[in-house]
Amino acid sequence: MSEDILSLLKENVIQGRKTGEDVGIDESLSGTPGVVDLVDSALKNNISPELIIKEALTSGMEVVGEKYSTREYFIPDMLASADAVGAAMDILKPLLEESNVETKGKFVIATVKGDIHDIGKNIVAILLKGAGYEVNDIGIDVPEEKIISVVRDEQPDYLGLSALLTTTMTGMDVVIKALKENGLRDKVKVLIGGAAVSDEYAGEIGADAFCADAFQAIKALEEFEEV
Amino acid sequence: MPREGILISNPLERLSGEQVRQIHDASIEILNDPGLLCFNKKAAGIFQSRGAEVAGVSGSDTPCWHVKIPEKLVTDALASAPKTVTLGARNPDNALVMKGDEPRVFFITGSETNMWLDVDFPTYVNKSDPEKESKVPEFQPRRGMVADLCDSAHVCEHLESVDGYIRTVNIQDKDITEDNKDVNKFFACLNNTTKHVMSGLTSLNQLDNVVKMAEIITGGPDKLKENPIISFITCLVKSPLQFVGDTTETFMEVCQRGLPIVVSSSPQAGTSAPIKEAGIMAQINAEVLAGITLGQLVNRGTPVLYGSVPVRARMDTLGDSYGSIETSQYNIDCVQMARFYKLPNYSTSGVSDVKIPGQQSSIERLFSDIVVTLSGPQFLHCAFGLLDCNSVFCLLQAVLDDAHFQMIKFFLKSPRINEEEFDTVKKQIREVVNTPQKMFINYIRPVMRSGEISPPYPFEGDGEGDSVLALANERLQELRAKPVEHIDPDTAARIFREIPGLLPRLNVHEGDG
Repeated sequence: MSEDILSLLKENVIQGRKTGEDVGIDESLSGTPGVVDLVDSALKNNISPELIIKEALTSGMEVVGEKYSTREYFIPDMLASADAVGAAMDILKPLLEESNVETKGKFVIATVKGDIHDIGKNIVAILLKGAGYEVNDIGIDVPEEKIISVVRDEQPDYLGLSALLTTTMTGMDVVIKALKENGLRDKVKVLIGGAAVSDEYAGEIGADAFCADAFQAIKALEEFEEV
Repeated sequence: MPREGILISNPLERLSGEQVRQIHDASIEILNDPGLLCFNKKAAGIFQSRGAEVAGVSGSDTPCWHVKIPEKLVTDALASAPKTVTLGARNPDNALVMKGDEPRVFFITGSETNMWLDVDFPTYVNKSDPEKESKVPEFQPRRGMVADLCDSAHVCEHLESVDGYIRTVNIQDKDITEDNKDVNKFFACLNNTTKHVMSGLTSLNQLDNVVKMAEIITGGPDKLKENPIISFITCLVKSPLQFVGDTTETFMEVCQRGLPIVVSSSPQAGTSAPIKEAGIMAQINAEVLAGITLGQLVNRGTPVLYGSVPVRARMDTLGDSYGSIETSQYNIDCVQMARFYKLPNYSTSGVSDVKIPGQQSSIERLFSDIVVTLSGPQFLHCAFGLLDCNSVFCLLQAVLDDAHFQMIKFFLKSPRINEEEFDTVKKQIREVVNTPQKMFINYIRPVMRSGEISPPYPFEGDGEGDSVLALANERLQELRAKPVEHIDPDTAARIFREIPGLLPRLNVHEGDG
C-alpha cells in the first residue's frame, strides 16, 4: 500500500500535477488525485514525511531533471513539477519541524529597487522550492532597507538578488554594502542573477555567486552545502 | 486523401489589376509582333494550320520559321487548359491537387544539378591549445551518380515538408548513356519515394518506356491517367522567344499522351530578357502563353502548369543571380499572372548563389522561400538542397531547407481567434492577475505538445558554438537510416523484364526469395 501511494506520488511529481484538476503529460491521469491529495493520503497511511520526500518528491524531481536534460521536458514542465513539490513541502513543513528535521536551507529572494521584472526571479523561486529549499519571495522593486530587515529577522542562509536592467543592477551593490554596514554580510550567502549581470560583476560587488539561470542557482547552493 | 499543402488566405500580390492587364496585353502584342522563332517544323505547321502567320526564315543554318500567334489562339488555349491539375503519387495519399484559382502551395524539390556535394566533418585541433578540438564541415563537389539520386529520393521521402520530388541530380555513371538515362532516372526516383515524381526527358525515344514503367506501377494506362505518378518539365521556349527544336518535340509528344507537363521559361533579366521588370514580365508571360497555346493545339484539354523560372543577371559575371531580390519579385509577379489565367503555377524560390551551406545560403533562400510562398503558387519548386545558382545539390542543405519550410508552414497557420478561445483566455487572465506571481506558465503545458506552439529550431546547439550544420548532418544520417518503401518485388521484376536499359544494380529485390 505504502509503495503504491509513493509510486503514484512520484509519478504525479513527474507529470507535474499539483491537484486533480491539473493536466499532466499522460492524459489518462486526468481527474485522478494530484500531488497534494496524494501527500494527504500518504500521511493518513502513516508514511513518514522523510520517506515521502525521499522516495516520491526528490526521486520524482530527479526524473524530471533527467527528462529536461534530454530535452524531453521544457521549463514549464520543470516548473509544474517543482510547484507541485513546493505545495507538498508546505504540507510537510510543520511535520518536519515537529520532528526537528531541517530543510535544505532558507532562501530569501527579491528583485532590487527600481526594477519590476520578475519572471526569472519567480522561476528561480519555484524551482528552489521544488528542490527542497524554504523560499521567501519578497517581491519586486524592493528597497535595501526592507531586504536588510528581512535578512536580520529571518536569518536566511541565502539571499538571491535579481535585476534585468543595467540601470538597476547597481542596486545589488547597494544591498551588499548595506549588509556589510549592518554586520550581516558574513551571515548570508548572496547570489545574483538577471540578464544585466555577470560572473565578473558578481566578483566586482563581492557577491558569492552569479547564476545565469535557476539550474545554476541550485548547483551553486549544492556547492555551498558541500563546503 | 491528397496532401494538404498550405493554403494562403491572403496571397501577397505586387501587381495591381491594371498592371496584370498591362502585362497580358503586352504579351499578346509580343506574340504577334515580333512573334517567336520556331525551330520545330511540326510545331510551326500546327500553328499555321490553326491560323497563325508562319513564314520560313532564310539564311538560318537550322530550319526555322517565324510564328506570329494571334490573340484568339491564346484565348482559346487559356479556355481549354484545365484549371485543376492533379499530380498523382505511388502512395495516393501523396497526390497533389492544384487548382489555378486556389493559392494552396505545395513544396517540391529540384531542379537537376550536375554536381553532388559531399559533406564531411573532420576534427581540427587548436594549435595554441591542443586540448581544444573542433569539428569543421568540409564540402567536396563531385559528379552526380544514380546512387545519389536514389539516396536523395529516399531522404526527401522522409522530409516532412517535401510534397513532391523533381529529380535533384543528373546521373553521370559510366554505364549511363543518352538511351538509358531516362528510364534509370525515373526508376531511381519512383523506387525510392512514394511522392509525385517530375523530371525532364533526355531522349524522346525513351518517353514510351518511361510511360510504360509508370503504367506498370499504377496498373495500366487508364490507372496512370487517373493517378499520374509522373509528370514532365520542358523548356520548350528558349529566351528570348524561340521554340527549341528538340524540347518542343518532347513537349508535344507528352501533351499528345495527356500527361501533366510544365511549360517552363527561364529568361534572365539583363541578357535574354530586358533588365526592366515590365520587360521580363511581358516576355516570360508571352513565352509561357506560347507554350500553353501549342500544348492545347496539340491536345485540347491536356494538363499544363504555367511554369516560371525568371532570374536576374549578376552584374559581376552576367550569370544567374537567383539570390537577387528581383528574382523573387519576378516570381511573385508570375504567380499573379498564372492566377489571372486561373492556371496552376510552377514557381521558383530558394536557389542560392553561394556554393556551400552556411549563412549566405540560409539568408538568400529563406528570403525568397518566404516571400514567394506568401504569393501562393500551387507548385513551388523551391530548390531543396540546391546551391551555387542551381548547379550543385547538397542533401545536408535539403535537410536545413526542410526546417525552414516547417517554420514557414507554421507561420501560415490560420489565426486562432474565436469566441471559444476568448472564453478560455479571459478566464485565465482573471485568474492569473489575482495570483502573487502573475504568470501564465501553468497554462502553457496543455498546448505545448498539441502542435499549437512552434517547436524550437531543430539544429540549435548547446553553448556558444554554431553547431547547426553538425546537427543537421546527424538528422540526415537518421533519415538515411529510415526504411525505403520500394516498388513491390513482383512489379519491380516486371519492370526489369519489360523496360530495356535499366541498370541491374537498381533492382533491390534481385536475389530475394
